[in-house]
Amino acid sequence: MGAGHAHPLHLDHDSLVHRLPPQVKIAAVLLYTIIVVVTPRDEFLAFAGYALLIVVVTAIARVPAGWLAKRATIELPFVLLAVALPFAGHGERVTWLGMSLSVDGLYGAWNIFAKGTLGVLASLLLAATTTARDLLLGLDRLRCPRVFTQIATFMLRYMDILAEDARRMRVARLSRGYDPRFLWQVKAFAVSVGALFLRAFERGERVYLAMLSRGYTGRLPAAEGGGATTAQWATSAALPIAAACIGVAAVLR
Amino acid sequence: MHIANGIVNAQVSAVFAVFAVVALALCVARGRADLDDRLAPMAGLVAAFIFAVQMLNFQVLPGVSGHLLGGTLAVMLVGPWVGALCVSTVLIIQCLLFADGGLTALGLNITNMAVIGTAAGYLLVAGLLRVLPKTPTGLAVTGFIASVIGVVIASQGFVLQYWLGGTTDLSLPAIAGTMAGVHTLIGVGEGLITATTVATVARVRPDLVYALRRFRTRPGSTAGATPSLRSAA
Repeated sequence: MGAGHAHPLHLDHDSLVHRLPPQVKIAAVLLYTIIVVVTPRDEFLAFAGYALLIVVVTAIARVPAGWLAKRATIELPFVLLAVALPFAGHGERVTWLGMSLSVDGLYGAWNIFAKGTLGVLASLLLAATTTARDLLLGLDRLRCPRVFTQIATFMLRYMDILAEDARRMRVARLSRGYDPRFLWQVKAFAVSVGALFLRAFERGERVYLAMLSRGYTGRLPAAEGGGATTAQWATSAALPIAAACIGVAAVLR
Repeated sequence: MHIANGIVNAQVSAVFAVFAVVALALCVARGRADLDDRLAPMAGLVAAFIFAVQMLNFQVLPGVSGHLLGGTLAVMLVGPWVGALCVSTVLIIQCLLFADGGLTALGLNITNMAVIGTAAGYLLVAGLLRVLPKTPTGLAVTGFIASVIGVVIASQGFVLQYWLGGTTDLSLPAIAGTMAGVHTLIGVGEGLITATTVATVARVRPDLVYALRRFRTRPGSTAGATPSLRSAA
């Protein structure tokens, strides 16, 4: 269990982006996303530039485009919302293919689609190149309050255990010939959720007592070292700086 | 439903990010009072539990699956402060590791699901338990009602945010109606699971149900209380 706690979105290979310390990557993605979100929605060229930056980082990180596209479907509910906007929007309307569409709604749909997609792609690249453990270390080094990184650390450690527990309970249920699937069988599902909570909580109490007896005082030992070099900060700063230049250039044009 | 980037404008997102930080700071302070040095391990465990439960997709109709949000469940089992911390941790991890919900919308999502959702859930639970019997059945009824209403109220947080800083002009009653309708359906599923889960826990380990804590001194309120490890720690 001491291994790097990979998560489903992590792509385990080596690249320049994978090697960057987590804190510089988090800062870069956050700044990039903010720049994308504050860009006025009618600066179409700026969004093309931002997309190009994502393509470049994807290539450097050697993340397959198909992999990225498949995971980006997480934002589909919002694409559906965006599709609805031109029909539901107010104000001036245009007629296209016999449909009356709101101009403001069309801009709004574009706004959600462009900003949402770029944000999801940037977050996916961060997740693909950073292990869960590194991500928490990065948050810690960015002075995120200790209590959060600690809760999150425990959460990630317990997550695999709980998922396994849940899977075992499901297998046990299936092997006894019962497979609750539909709404009217929700009771069996919920009872096993209750049992899962009890098992988890009792395990947590045992682990906590074990930690106490090993000298836990409410704080985990801080991870030492691991600061990023100026060169590493500069490398990752390239993304938000390039985005900022594109944004400013587009607005001033 | 996790809000993505670009739905609500940057200024309003920033205001709600500040609000979320202040609210969570309060939750940390009050959560320590509930759990002292057990805060991190136990809150981490409950967060992992919520996460695991969210991954157990339940088929609502063939082809349509839903999953639990877990806010009211967390409130009933570990209290409002730790519950809000757990839900926010889940939201932060989902945003960073699973790209679910926009990074700039994190403040909005935490406000809706972790702050408004758990606050509404807790107030309802506290109010309903005054009048309903403190038995597993009473808890189940409480959990169901609090989940349905809590989820719908949390969804109206989005309506408020959209009214303040929506990027497209839409008719507000229409959004409010749609959100309330969709989330009533989600809430019913959520409520059924919360009710049964809490009733199961209350039957086996009533000492673990936070919502019953205030009534614990009353004899006969719950049957078969087992001694807690908590006193040993």
